[in-house]
Amino acid sequence: MTATATPFAPRVRKDASERRRRRVGKILMYVVMSGFGILFLFPLVFMFVSSLKPDAQILRDVNSPAAFLPVGDISLDNYFGVFARVPVAQFMFNSVLVTVLTVGLGLIVNSMAGFALSRLRWKGRLVVMALIIATLIVPFETIAVPMVYWVSQLPTLVMEGGVLKYDFGWLNTYQVQIVPFIANAFSIFLFAQYFSTIPSSLDEAARIDGASWFTIYRRIVVPLSGPAFATVAILTFLPAWNQYLWPLMVVQKEGLRPVMVGMQYFFQLNTAWGEVMAYTSLITLPVLIVFLVFQRAFVSSIAASGVKG
Amino acid sequence: MTVTPATAVADKPRRALSRFRTIRGRETWAGLAMIAPAGILLILFLVIPVLLAFGLSFTNARLISPNPPRFVGLDNFARAFGADPMFLQSAWNTFLFALVVVPVQAGLGLLLAVLVNRRMRGVTAFRVIFFIPVVTSIVVVSILWKFMYQKDGLINSFIDTLTFGAWQSVDWLNNPATALPAIIVLSIWQAVGFHMIIWLSGLQTIPEELYEAARMDGASPWRQFTNVTWPGLRPTMVFVLVTITIAALGLFVQVDVMTQGGPTGSTSTIVYHAVRKGYQQQEIGYAAAISLIFFVAVLIIALIQRRLTRDKD
Repeated sequence: MTATATPFAPRVRKDASERRRRRVGKILMYVVMSGFGILFLFPLVFMFVSSLKPDAQILRDVNSPAAFLPVGDISLDNYFGVFARVPVAQFMFNSVLVTVLTVGLGLIVNSMAGFALSRLRWKGRLVVMALIIATLIVPFETIAVPMVYWVSQLPTLVMEGGVLKYDFGWLNTYQVQIVPFIANAFSIFLFAQYFSTIPSSLDEAARIDGASWFTIYRRIVVPLSGPAFATVAILTFLPAWNQYLWPLMVVQKEGLRPVMVGMQYFFQLNTAWGEVMAYTSLITLPVLIVFLVFQRAFVSSIAASGVKG
Repeated sequence: MTVTPATAVADKPRRALSRFRTIRGRETWAGLAMIAPAGILLILFLVIPVLLAFGLSFTNARLISPNPPRFVGLDNFARAFGADPMFLQSAWNTFLFALVVVPVQAGLGLLLAVLVNRRMRGVTAFRVIFFIPVVTSIVVVSILWKFMYQKDGLINSFIDTLTFGAWQSVDWLNNPATALPAIIVLSIWQAVGFHMIIWLSGLQTIPEELYEAARMDGASPWRQFTNVTWPGLRPTMVFVLVTITIAALGLFVQVDVMTQGGPTGSTSTIVYHAVRKGYQQQEIGYAAAISLIFFVAVLIIALIQRRLTRDKD
């Protein structure tokens, strides 16, 4: 007892210095993180702020902190300018249509495939599973150019003077922007993985009650798999909205262009930076808002995509 | 029922067997039916294009041509390696880009993940901020940075302020020496948040007890990292390396928006060259050969990475 009484006093002092060191460490952490935060945010702040200024002022403000502040001659003129020059609303509509259909149809098609691969026992299942996983190693960029050739020969139906006609070539259509991206090996894989965690006793009980496999999929497995659907939706939403290389090659008609390609054409024809910044802000804001609202789901989806390497 | 018990008993297994068969049969049909939509789409838009790339690479096919494609043997491959300096330069640029981006982006992503992997007030806000460039389209990012890289743009003005006016403005994207490094910087800026999240999910699989035990033994934060964190991150590391490598080798958008491969070919990449040849100049056969070379290169590099990271286990 007497032995422990003496070292007690200096220990308190050590605790105090330890606490102070921790506090300094914590403040240092905040400083470092804020530094990185500025690094990641300043270009976007610059973009939004510049979209509100006339061109002459943007170039003048570059040399001062005013580049990041909505000061001076602030207006929405650049936005009106964009709408006056190009059919942005049409581009937006095209992108939303393509994205919604690609993601929506993808959820149905890929979840059915994941169901067939994880919950049904059938001949050839393992071979098909292996083949689908093998397709994961093909980066889209390697087949993009040959695929332009391929889709330019695919049969299609066209309306000509009120008559439905049979024709060749998918170039300059909506379907060429949607159909090739519906089936996705990685989505199938994520669905299969998630579905296999749902107890199979549920299926057996439903089978005894006479339910078909499709009913089991629709009434039991799908309602229990909300997180898997959210993950796949988020992971397929961003690439669909951001498509660039593919529509650049297969869509020449202005009326069918998605926002990203429309923006690149606008940018090439135009060096009015204020308007360009207005356009980029216009297509960044909706995604940014969706992200901020669902940020928890976004982050956990990305994390889920990395769990299986 | 009571009349012929023997036959009833004998019948039972056979009936059960046939019922089993039809259930099996039905299950197979159900399985095939449910996988058919995805299967057909994957065959149409993945398997056939791959085979087509292979087949076309031995022909002189053109995108729009009255003449049918003619078999030309290995001419396209000989041309790529022997008679097309722009292809070789593009391959070199792509390789250089990946060589810098892969380690820097993976390392910076890990650093950020370690930074935000703690219980501190406001740490979620920082995670969100670091991730914001990822949800910004790379086309938008490329246009925005092109603006900032101008001679009288934000980057030059910023460095000028930092050096008290001693800085000579650089025309980043019009200078062969700085164009590719400039693209490297913005590419890492845009994508690093994605890999921060992947690393973070890896970090969170490491049990807290291991750190407690290490601290008990008086291990410094650095020792904790090398002896607890890093070994626990091995599976994550493989995933991060392979995904960054494949993405880096596919570099296209930044080049198309910012430099069109210039100045003097210093930012041309394999995919950009394939698109230029196959789409703009309509030489699909030659572009298919380039795509095939690219695919084989990606495959080899991914396999080498797998092998290297596996051997250390």
